[in-house]
Amino acid sequence: MLRRAKPLFHKLLGSAILMGMLGHQAVADEVERWQVNMTPGVTPVSQEIYGLHMLIFWICVAISVIVFGALAYTIYAHRRSKNREPSTFHEHLGLEIFWTAIPFLILVVMAIPATRSLIHMYDTDTEVDLDVVVTGYQWKWQYEYLGKEVSFFSNLHEDSNAARQLGSGVDVNTIPNYLLEVDRPLVVPVKQKIRFLVTANDVIHAWWVPALGIKRDAIPGFVRESWAYIEEPGIYRGVCAELCGRDHGFMPIVVQAVEQAEFNEWIAQEQAAAAELRELAAQTFTFEDLYERGEGVYNRSCAACHGAQGQGVPGAFPAIAGSAVATGPLEAHLDVVLNGVPGTAMQAFGAQLSPVDIAAVVTFQRNAFGNNMGDQVQPVDVVQQQNQ
Amino acid sequence: MATQGSYYVPEQSKLPLFASLGMFLTVFGAAGWINGSESGMTVFFAGALVLASVMWTWFSTVIKENLAGLNNDQLKRSYVWGMGWFIFSEVMFFAAFFGALFYLRQFAVPWLAGEGHSAMTNELLWKGFENEWPLLTTPEQVREGEAAARFIGAHEPMGWAGLPLINTIILLTSSFTVHFAHTALKNANRKMFNIWLGATVALGIAFLILQVEEYVHAYEELGLTLNAGVYGTTFFMLTGFHGAHVTLGTFMLLVMWLRGLKGHFKHDDAFGFEAASWYWHFVDVVWVGLFIFVYILGS
Amino acid sequence: MAHGPAKGISRWLFTTNHKDIGTMYMWFSFAMFLLGGAFAMVIRAELFQPGMQLVEPEFFNQMTTMHGLVMVFGAIMPAFVGLANWMIPLMIGAPDMALPRMNNWSFWILPFAFLMLASTFFMEGGAPNFGWTFYAPLSTTYAPPSVTFFIFAVHIMGASSIMGSINIIATVLNMRAPGMTLMKMPLFVWTWLITAFLLVAVMPVLAGAVTMMLMDIHFGTSFFDAAGGGDPVLFQHVFWFFGHPEVYIIILPGFGVVSQVIPAFSRKPLFGYSSMVYATASIAFLSFIVWAHHMFTVGMPLAGELYFMYATMLIAVPTGVKVFNWITTMWRGSMTFETPMLFAIAFVILFTMGGFTGLMLGIAPSDIQYHDSYFVVAHFHYTMVAGAIFSLTAGIYYWLPKWTGKMYNETLGKTQFWIAFIGFNLTFFPQHFVGLAGMQRRVPDYALQFADFNMLSSIGAFMFGMSQLMLLFNVINTILAGKRAEKDKVWDGAEGLEWTVPSPAPYHTFSTPPQVK
Ligand code: HEA
Ligand code: HEA
Ligand code: HEC
Ligand code: CUA
Ligand SMILES: [Cu+2]
Repeated sequence: MLRRAKPLFHKLLGSAILMGMLGHQAVADEVERWQVNMTPGVTPVSQEIYGLHMLIFWICVAISVIVFGALAYTIYAHRRSKNREPSTFHEHLGLEIFWTAIPFLILVVMAIPATRSLIHMYDTDTEVDLDVVVTGYQWKWQYEYLGKEVSFFSNLHEDSNAARQLGSGVDVNTIPNYLLEVDRPLVVPVKQKIRFLVTANDVIHAWWVPALGIKRDAIPGFVRESWAYIEEPGIYRGVCAELCGRDHGFMPIVVQAVEQAEFNEWIAQEQAAAAELRELAAQTFTFEDLYERGEGVYNRSCAACHGAQGQGVPGAFPAIAGSAVATGPLEAHLDVVLNGVPGTAMQAFGAQLSPVDIAAVVTFQRNAFGNNMGDQVQPVDVVQQQNQ
Repeated sequence: MATQGSYYVPEQSKLPLFASLGMFLTVFGAAGWINGSESGMTVFFAGALVLASVMWTWFSTVIKENLAGLNNDQLKRSYVWGMGWFIFSEVMFFAAFFGALFYLRQFAVPWLAGEGHSAMTNELLWKGFENEWPLLTTPEQVREGEAAARFIGAHEPMGWAGLPLINTIILLTSSFTVHFAHTALKNANRKMFNIWLGATVALGIAFLILQVEEYVHAYEELGLTLNAGVYGTTFFMLTGFHGAHVTLGTFMLLVMWLRGLKGHFKHDDAFGFEAASWYWHFVDVVWVGLFIFVYILGS
Repeated sequence: MAHGPAKGISRWLFTTNHKDIGTMYMWFSFAMFLLGGAFAMVIRAELFQPGMQLVEPEFFNQMTTMHGLVMVFGAIMPAFVGLANWMIPLMIGAPDMALPRMNNWSFWILPFAFLMLASTFFMEGGAPNFGWTFYAPLSTTYAPPSVTFFIFAVHIMGASSIMGSINIIATVLNMRAPGMTLMKMPLFVWTWLITAFLLVAVMPVLAGAVTMMLMDIHFGTSFFDAAGGGDPVLFQHVFWFFGHPEVYIIILPGFGVVSQVIPAFSRKPLFGYSSMVYATASIAFLSFIVWAHHMFTVGMPLAGELYFMYATMLIAVPTGVKVFNWITTMWRGSMTFETPMLFAIAFVILFTMGGFTGLMLGIAPSDIQYHDSYFVVAHFHYTMVAGAIFSLTAGIYYWLPKWTGKMYNETLGKTQFWIAFIGFNLTFFPQHFVGLAGMQRRVPDYALQFADFNMLSSIGAFMFGMSQLMLLFNVINTILAGKRAEKDKVWDGAEGLEWTVPSPAPYHTFSTPPQVK
């Protein structure tokens, strides 16, 4: 992903392969595209992993040289045309012991640094500065700053999302950070021990940010821990790494690491915005406002399953257009959206969306796609039903 | 490996193909049935009928071959190996469920309750949920309340002292009776063979009746159901599969009993009976495991 | 009993002959290989360029899932069972398999099982789309309705494998010719004996795993649902308790084939026969106690993580012994490089590379970065395609003259080898790079920096696919128009009872047992 220092090995291997395969020298910005190795990353853990990875890699290369060297030599020297009379030896206890013992010793050598790194990675208890709860949803991430009253969802950026539709006609090469951009990145401070509390709401996802050296499975019903100490500000990108259904390839992660002061400012802003949203819930909106806002919410949160035209996916996700629920009693409709349908992919959106957004999207669903119910829901109704 | 020259290699046979067809229809029908398709049940029963009649013919053929003296000692050893490894595979099937019980009880439930490295699991998701076994209050019950929960724990665990203990005694006794039957056969005492084997079958049936009784008790009085969280889950899956195996074992012994009445088996040639009796011992050993891990340590 | 094969289609439908059944297994598995390969072609075509061009993501996931399932359960496993059926009785001097009728049953279940699996494509909600590892709850609560059919298909597939394995064990333990002691058996027979043991031990566990799924989906249990006190990770433990031995089930018979081929073309006995046997047994033993190395990122307790890392690393030792023994077998031999030998040597090289990446994956801290990336995909295709498929191909060329009595076209064979070798590496070597650079598995589309290597990979895949069609052509051509094999012992360096019978091998062999000295 975003890589600052480019170790010598990269350049050497990268260009060697390029020359080998295509016979031309890499242009500077193409090397990024032809990245062949793991990122060393920006945390102590990720760099340890990188070091370990390279250590094992070179040991394997060394063994390969010996093993494949011997193989190449025997293929050359002991072929029929050179060696008509085969030997008949077929046993040697000393040799067998030798090549059982040596690999074993090599493994011990590998195990020592590996053990050390692992213990370091598991140290999620001491001196934590900031807790972030990361929750995987089909197919987006929720970030909640524990104890700070800030929480939001992070979706695939709409440009990427539009371009990635089958037959969209958009040239994906024109999309900046195609598939690696989100609408709202996770913002965290540098030089702080951040603990990530990873869980999921539906199926298993995995929160993977290579530059932080973190990949943690997000398991519904369990909270798993991981941590990062980011050394330099920057934007670090990652992806969901566990098959989680249809749009598994389309739930990227963007972590924006900023200086502490900047982070404090950002958090204050977010807190103010959250307070404002709570106030909004008491207001009354016009039908047009609700409908328009609802369309946005629908496209962001619902269209992934129910389709951009409310057509659904037969057999998997019901259509909203003409749906018995969306054209039936209001309470029942609101109930499905607020509480979801347990045991199906339909999540409880009451915990994900603000009352305003819920009111808006329900109003939208009841009036879009030819549903023309003509009624509307106000945020206060939502709060009321929620409190029942 | 003496008389290999006469190893019996059967002629062509239609049985395997039709057995496969029966098997296919059975499971295809079952899947459809479970998924709510209308024809599923019919296909299932049609398949089961095909499978059952093929198996009937198949076993009859094997028995006839043996009576006709086509099987030499080596072939009989093949049957012995076959039955032995089949029982081993059954052991591994149960191992999966015992493993699940062990994992859920030792790891999953304590983690959900915040033990070990999982304080935050409890803190953020299941506040108030506590580790206990048997698990009578599910995490969902704690969080969502009784009304909204899908998994509602039992009011009371299944004790071991009542029916289960009786059933243990029954099964253990039946292992002895089947052994006595074997000894009787070896001594060419057909009368005692029939009596002891009949007694074993009767004990098997008694076990099954009591097991049904126990399930009714669990569902109606203890609130112990398949939906009762992992306690109910492991309880019914382990005892249920065991019960299914007892049913099969009883059926096998019953067939052997009937064959015995027809004068099959010789004191040195009784593979069918012996196979059924090994199976019976295996079922018995599994029960002892169940009795310890599900009943005694689980209540 | 001195009768030949029956006439017409009934020969195949009702046969109890190990050679017929072996042949059917081989053809069935090749058909499945083409099917699984066709799914792979869809995958590679979609991944040829960034952006979605051909299929919906939903369908792509079905392709990935069915590719993995069909290749593992439909192509590789039946192919090796086919080899076992053909060769084990010939190699140990037995008149047939121990339980011939059950043998035919084991085979005929398979076409039905895969018919059932394939039928899910036409069901509402589509085929299984949760990966060949079908992790809960994606495969339970969130699965399409066809999952029920998938579950039962796995059940009967498992029944077939268990019966097939029991048959092999009974054959090997009970049907050896006089004088054929265990430690005189060809290595292929040994590896299959151990593989069959693994199968009998772990297929029931897989059956248990899918049964738990079935109960969770339809009958209200909560094995994999935390709300009832269960744990989705339990599924992974049960699955990988089956799944890890499964990958050795896939490779051990391949080790066996290579251990026959290399001595034959080196004209020198296998080096370290007994240590090969012990190494195989050690690998099998270790395979039971390393399963959670597939789960390093689920957040097991530290102690568990460390244990599974150490145990996994240990497997390198016995596997290394095998590699070293093969090379020492060649040492000071008198080697020629016919097609089987080419595939066997490529196997040794490429499998070792796959083993090295396996070892890297086994290092838990680094696996945090590798896991579920294309690095893993590269690893397991090096072990399974260059391992299982290459060794199978070596075996097919090696024994084809014995089966058909005719010689295959050597030039075509060698050409196929080189196209396969280059195509294979072009497909899967770049996947190491994109994986390390951060490309995750099981995605229909990817970020732009991965575009170049993916294009290379797709080109290689098409090339490799073509080479498989050449294999098919070569086999059919041999059967229809091959030159007669001149000698019963087709390869002058080959050893073993199978070369003492005529080529093609008569319908019934060793009706009176040979005497082995
Ligand atoms: C034929 C199949 C096969 C074989 C033989 C192997 C062999 C090995 N595999 Fe692999 N593996 C798979 C098939 C296979 N694997 C599959 C299908 C998956 C993915 C499943 C999925 O998720 O879909 C997988 C995934 C997988 C993972 C999980 C990765 C992840 O998802 O994060 C790991 C981790 O430890 C691993 C390790 C190993 C190891 C240590 C070996 C060892 O057996 C290798 C041993 C061999 C050598 C090491 C080389 C020879 C040795 C020497 C020359 C001696 C000297 C060497 C040293 C001292 C280093 N494998
Ligand atoms: C032994 C098993 C085996 C074998 C032989 C193969 C063979 C191949 N696999 Fe395999 N693969 C798996 C087992 C195997 N795979 C498994 C277990 C997974 C994981 C699944 C999961 O994630 O759940 C996987 C996943 C997997 C992926 C990752 C998919 C993803 O993560 O989304 C890819 C991508 O490139 C891939 C490619 C290929 C290719 C190109 C071949 C080639 O070798 C295939 C070559 C064969 C043919 C092509 C057939 C012959 C020719 C024709 C049918 C004629 C048509 C030919 C042309 C049009 C050229 N495989
Ligand atoms: C991850 C997939 C997914 C997303 C995202 C999703 N839904 Fe659903 N929705 C479902 C599924 C599956 C059902 C069917 C549940 C059932 O089986 O009853 C459903 C059912 C519904 C129904 C009832 C329709 C009917 O006719 O039964 C409504 C209304 C609805 N969803 C509204 C919404 C709204 C509003 C949003 C966004 C804020 C949304 N959904 C987002 C999967 C989704
Ligand atoms: Cu979420 Cu993959
Ligand atoms: Cu493994």
